[in-house]
Amino acid sequence: MRFIFKTKYSQDINIAKHNGDRFWYSLLILIMAALPLVLDDFYLGEISYICILSIAGIGLMILSGYTGLASLGHAAFLGVGAYTHAFLLTNGIPFYASIPIVIVVSFLVGAAIGIPILRLTGMYLAIATLALGFIAEHVFIKWEHFTGGNRGLPVPQPEFLGMSFFDSVFFYYVCLVFLIAAMFAAINILRSPTGRAFVAIRDSEIAAQSLGVNLGLYKALSFAISGAFTGLAGALLAHYIGYLAPDIFNIFLSLTLLLLIVVGGMGSLHGTVFGAIFVGFLPQLIAICRDYLPSSIGSQPGLEPMLFGLILVFFILYEPLGIYGRWMKIKLFFELFPTYKRQTFKKQKVFTKSDRV
Amino acid sequence: MSLFEVKNITVAFGGVKALNDVSFGVDKGEIFTIIGPNGAGKSTLFNVISRIYEASKGEIYFENQNISKTKPHNISKLGIARTFQNLELFENATVLQNLLLGRHIYKKTNILSEVFFTPSARKQEHEYRLKVEEVIDFLDLQHYRDTLINGLPYGVRKNVELARALCTDPKLLLLDEPSSGLTNEETIDLGFWIKDIQSLLGITIIMIEHDMSFVNKVSDRILALNYGKILASGLPEEIKNNADVKQAYMGE
Repeated sequence: MRFIFKTKYSQDINIAKHNGDRFWYSLLILIMAALPLVLDDFYLGEISYICILSIAGIGLMILSGYTGLASLGHAAFLGVGAYTHAFLLTNGIPFYASIPIVIVVSFLVGAAIGIPILRLTGMYLAIATLALGFIAEHVFIKWEHFTGGNRGLPVPQPEFLGMSFFDSVFFYYVCLVFLIAAMFAAINILRSPTGRAFVAIRDSEIAAQSLGVNLGLYKALSFAISGAFTGLAGALLAHYIGYLAPDIFNIFLSLTLLLLIVVGGMGSLHGTVFGAIFVGFLPQLIAICRDYLPSSIGSQPGLEPMLFGLILVFFILYEPLGIYGRWMKIKLFFELFPTYKRQTFKKQKVFTKSDRV
Repeated sequence: MSLFEVKNITVAFGGVKALNDVSFGVDKGEIFTIIGPNGAGKSTLFNVISRIYEASKGEIYFENQNISKTKPHNISKLGIARTFQNLELFENATVLQNLLLGRHIYKKTNILSEVFFTPSARKQEHEYRLKVEEVIDFLDLQHYRDTLINGLPYGVRKNVELARALCTDPKLLLLDEPSSGLTNEETIDLGFWIKDIQSLLGITIIMIEHDMSFVNKVSDRILALNYGKILASGLPEEIKNNADVKQAYMGE
């Protein structure tokens, strides 16, 4: 077991808590950077897609995992990001200028939607965000000047730093760099007063308010920040897909994002990456399994959504902390070996919280 | 002039008057205790002060400023902190994170400086931490800094909640049943701490409490409520011998 001897407050503020962290995360980045040497274009494309999903996952995680607000319509923000980016590129704005504009636009859209919608809570908020997803899809269809409607919108693949986005190695690096940047931004937000205020709202609104957290402002801020991350992912997704059509940003994509954060582990940034890997490879896995299943089952069209739903339910029932939670348990098992107790992670007794404050 | 004054407060939920024309004042540096049987309106009074409930009538003054229309999240900025009867801690966060939230009202950074975690954001974290450590030393919470609230015993949780309120550097502290659920030893400790908060930190305290021996030991003045009305108010000795209070509590 590792004991960290703390002599400075900075040790609690720093991202890396000890040299082990520094070593393993540097190693991970090095391996990721070296991947194009060993993998072919197909797998690089898949991993780029996982990076994009992770960025979108970070966005939804901040909203649902940290602020405790459900969203069933997050594909709308992916759409906002993707269409804005494609529109700007079509009008000759260079890539490096377009990305910041996309982030700002999605942030503002998030704030504009968040301020009215966040007066709702719980189930009603979920329904409202679900509706948001449908409305956004229709806006993408009807607003033809901006989105090309059902005809779709080709995404220009401009040169950036003298490289083309058609080059899958280059695109992989772009996605990786954005994922790392997004991760740092999210960690920074979460270790500052704003991030703590989000967690406070999740755990007890009434106490947060009594400590001076402006509930309306911070909920809207959470929605806006979440929108900004997801919008950025949308811009990258536009490059990945190459041709935008409104039905890409449907309810199924929103549910995929939800599955991502639940499977990955609510309330952990590690979880977004684990979840993205899971969700990214799942369709491939299902495709492979189809071949081995009897054709009466294997060729069913609704197999994928059904399995997604099933997996979501199983995780909520049996591993509510997701893959990250399982990873924590395995880590603790080896740290405490042979004295690990299953009870450590049993849900603790919750002291009565009456509705009378 | 009192530090804190409640003037003719009435709170009605439909036909029920939880508080009926209640007025009192609290002087600076006092420990003022509110007692009363269940449903007397004690917690309602606290919730009106922290602006969770709207008063149907009446005003509340803090440092000669009318706070009956202040936004709930601005109450703590004025220097009023509170604890809750049934703990309202941030359960999935560590003790340290809970206490750091107590410093939220002093936040100076904006979202951009936080995204890039600029030196000013780091400096602010250090400043927060210095104050939090003072409170940790004051309330003996050194052992629990990095423990999740989930894993703490009840007595310590109560203590953390008191600590969180102290982290806001309040002028007035509202304690809602601070000794409920505590063991004898913990209650005795709490008595010392409350006295220390009054004398060392110079904070005025309004407290709701049921444990009468504890109340008599720490309070400077007592207010007895029943059915939303004031039964009696005065020094602990006077309240102890007041016929109306005996009637309300014992039914004699």
